Amino acid sequence: MTQVKMTVNGKAASGDVEGRTLLASFLRDNLKLTGTHIGCDTSQCGACVVHVNGEAVKACTMLAVEADGADVKTIESMANADGSLNTIQQAFQDHHGLQCGFCTPGMVMSASALLKDNPKPTVAEVRHYLDGNICRCTGYHNIVKAIMAASGQDVSALAAE
Amino acid sequence: MPKDGGIGASSKRREDIRFLTGEGNYTDDINLHGQAYVFFLRSDIAHGILNSVDTSAAETMPGVVKIFTGADFEAVGSIPCGWQITDKHGEVMQEPRHPVLAHGKVRHVGEPIAAVVAESLAEARDAAEAIVLDITDLPAVINMKEAVKEGATKVHDDLTSNLCYDWGFVEENKGAVDKAFEEAHHVTTLELVNNRLVANPMEPRVAVGDYARGTGDHTLYTTSQNPHVIRLLMGAFVLGIPEHKLRVVAPDVGGGFGTKIFHYQEEAFCTFAAKACNRPVKWTSSRSEAFMLDAHGRDHVTKIQMALDKDNNFTALRTDTYANMGAYLSTFAPSVPTWLHGTLMAGNYKTPLIYVNVKAVFTNTVPVDAYRGAGRPEATYQLERLVDKCAHELGVDPIALRRQNFITEFPYATPVAVEYDTGDYVATMDKLEEISDMAGFAARRKASEAKGKLRGFGVNCYIEACGIAPSNLVGQLGARAGLYESATVRVNATGGLVVMTGSHSHGQGHETSFPQVIAEMIGIPEDMIEIVHGDTANTPMGMGTYGSRSLAVGGSAMVRATEKIIAKAKKIASHLLEASEGDIELKDGAFSVAGTDKSVAWGDVTLAAYVPHNYPLEDIEPGLEETAFYDPSNFTYPSGAYACEVELDPETGHVTIERFSAADDFGNIVNPMIVTGQVHGGLAQGIGQALMENCTYDSDGQLLSASYMDYAMPRASDLPFYTVDHSCQTPCTHNPLGVKGCGEAGAIGSPPAVVNAVLDAMRSGGKDVGHIDMPVTPARVWAAMNS
Repeated sequence: MTQVKMTVNGKAASGDVEGRTLLASFLRDNLKLTGTHIGCDTSQCGACVVHVNGEAVKACTMLAVEADGADVKTIESMANADGSLNTIQQAFQDHHGLQCGFCTPGMVMSASALLKDNPKPTVAEVRHYLDGNICRCTGYHNIVKAIMAASGQDVSALAAE
Repeated sequence: MPKDGGIGASSKRREDIRFLTGEGNYTDDINLHGQAYVFFLRSDIAHGILNSVDTSAAETMPGVVKIFTGADFEAVGSIPCGWQITDKHGEVMQEPRHPVLAHGKVRHVGEPIAAVVAESLAEARDAAEAIVLDITDLPAVINMKEAVKEGATKVHDDLTSNLCYDWGFVEENKGAVDKAFEEAHHVTTLELVNNRLVANPMEPRVAVGDYARGTGDHTLYTTSQNPHVIRLLMGAFVLGIPEHKLRVVAPDVGGGFGTKIFHYQEEAFCTFAAKACNRPVKWTSSRSEAFMLDAHGRDHVTKIQMALDKDNNFTALRTDTYANMGAYLSTFAPSVPTWLHGTLMAGNYKTPLIYVNVKAVFTNTVPVDAYRGAGRPEATYQLERLVDKCAHELGVDPIALRRQNFITEFPYATPVAVEYDTGDYVATMDKLEEISDMAGFAARRKASEAKGKLRGFGVNCYIEACGIAPSNLVGQLGARAGLYESATVRVNATGGLVVMTGSHSHGQGHETSFPQVIAEMIGIPEDMIEIVHGDTANTPMGMGTYGSRSLAVGGSAMVRATEKIIAKAKKIASHLLEASEGDIELKDGAFSVAGTDKSVAWGDVTLAAYVPHNYPLEDIEPGLEETAFYDPSNFTYPSGAYACEVELDPETGHVTIERFSAADDFGNIVNPMIVTGQVHGGLAQGIGQALMENCTYDSDGQLLSASYMDYAMPRASDLPFYTVDHSCQTPCTHNPLGVKGCGEAGAIGSPPAVVNAVLDAMRSGGKDVGHIDMPVTPARVWAAMNS
């Protein structure tokens, strides 16, 4: 067991982990931050995307010990201070960008990272960026629409409905 | 103007708030005090004799609590099958025993052999590696047609063969159908494969078993679409636990698509082991395990033929299908290629004579069961590919041939035992031609050709049977369950109310759409209504969510219960208003006396029900809570027409979906936003099947597509924006909401349009191959173009 210390959602967090413990498991099992989901075992689905030092990272591709000293943000930190949905989250609700909700935390974290680097992406750029986030419910239509709307772009002409 | 609430409003989903903030409560988020973890050692070969399972070394490993093998479950029941098919000779299907843990033999890669319960998942996994298996390999049975040949290796030694059943429908029509083919002016024949798929809800399955020794109460938390069904199947048939000592909870569930309907071994194991170990036992599936155990979908091999007269009218249809059951019969597996498939073979057409033969076959593969659409996509794909082929053979327009043969009068009794109540196939085709901008296709094709690409346009129609189903009918067809739904409506003293429904929401948005219905009925805000679902302890016995049935059946139960509430509330109101009950009207959340200005608010009536000081206690009981069970009198029949437009690169064989348009008739609609979202998701799965997804075994029974590295899940860049319209509405005539169901349409209606479009593109490039099997991958297209 190794002790790791990191900042998670602005607060100091620590725990004893095995060398093989993934960051995703550390967040879920040690810190009980269960908003980060695990949907596969080959780092394909993106349900576990979090931000590590400001970068989008699949928390199943990183060992907890690798995140020692890092600044980690999870879906639980994304809402506004008063608990209301932030711009991206609100756009997902407004445009029905989620159904079962399981991929949603990863989608929101990825979208947030995308818009930080590319505040006005094209549709093609959004679709390309989401290559590492799989959704089985929405067919992506409304996810892409939500992210375009969150970037402040007019989505009324993207497609009928 | 869009409504801002009630039926017809695109109310935003209330469940989104918790999902968007990481506060969902999925089964894997549940951790019980003192829980242990189970890891299953699974077979890595498809077929073999299990000579011994040596756990002695593993038992000494750190953290091990207890190790179970098949021998521990000899006295436990078989995982049951919920549907019995009677074959064309009047014999019941062959039904093998399905053990919780393999015993004596292993029959597919992934079958659980031993289960290690340990203090941590890592310790359980480590110990499982120390279990020594002695297995004698047997030849794997993979190809269905080989499997039913005389002398083939048997998957189950105690069955007479690998043939589960040989079903003929309608057997009495066979002679007339064959005669019509002899007399046909033209016969079109098509052989095709409906590719095996994996449902892949993004949340892998999880089961947490708990047992209270002091009371003898069992609790199972599980990722299920139908917790009451699991309680009944597992309690009554596997573990022998009566319902009142077994609670099954399916909290937030991350997608189902059919594969979370079924009762699985891991649920029974965790329930059993929690008692045996006297502590909670948790299992979380990895995605790799999900590929190897969650029931797969489709996997039909079919030959279909259409007979036409000299005027191109369809005169008869016959189809022969081999349907893969896998190694065991999953919960509803036998019903999928039969009653959910054969009854849909008329499609949208007035073909007078139809005969369907289905041979269901055991193989050394993962069991196959219902996946979004379940039988209806298989029927639609065959029929709509065949009709297109007819048109091209006859040199007529595929849409005109369809229109010519459309059913236009309703109700319509098909020759395959169902009666469509309503529909308007001309209207949805007209709408499709409009929204797909068919008129502009020629110019778009020209633009593609200028870039060196080929462009194709394909259409199909579909009909489905949803809202399953009249219990007495399905009982005659072999269902071992009723298929009603239930709702309890509990009104609170201050007027808010809770609906406890047997339906289960795992992405469909019931928590938002169901309150819209009651808000409309009573005239109160939606936020006064809460939906409770997913827990057998606080919902009435219900059959759950699948087959696009929730609103049509569960919603109808809720309407019936609410009608009882309103009837009683009117009695109370008439007392309070000192008026005749017959004169009381409910509007906008207030009861009034017709023709007067006397009224009493909803909240005053509900308060009176619970504080009955001024109350007709001699006539009616206090309180305001009602339950209704709704058993539908028929299926519902959503229908529509879809168009796909593809661009094909002849250099690489790569196909892109440029446009996809869907014109659906779902009857009345409660929340258009949610309905559109359901269609989007279905389309993505149908397009995925047509272009990308394929679950593949090699001849040894090794699953070659067992991860997201190998199984091509559609990504955002693989799919287009969709054009979806559901303005054509012919309401269902037999349920109180006039609704039909929308959850599966997209997956049912889209694969043939995609393949028809690809073939159209190839023809425009001078290559007419007649048919190409799904998935239409670049390799297959390139090979066909260069054949």
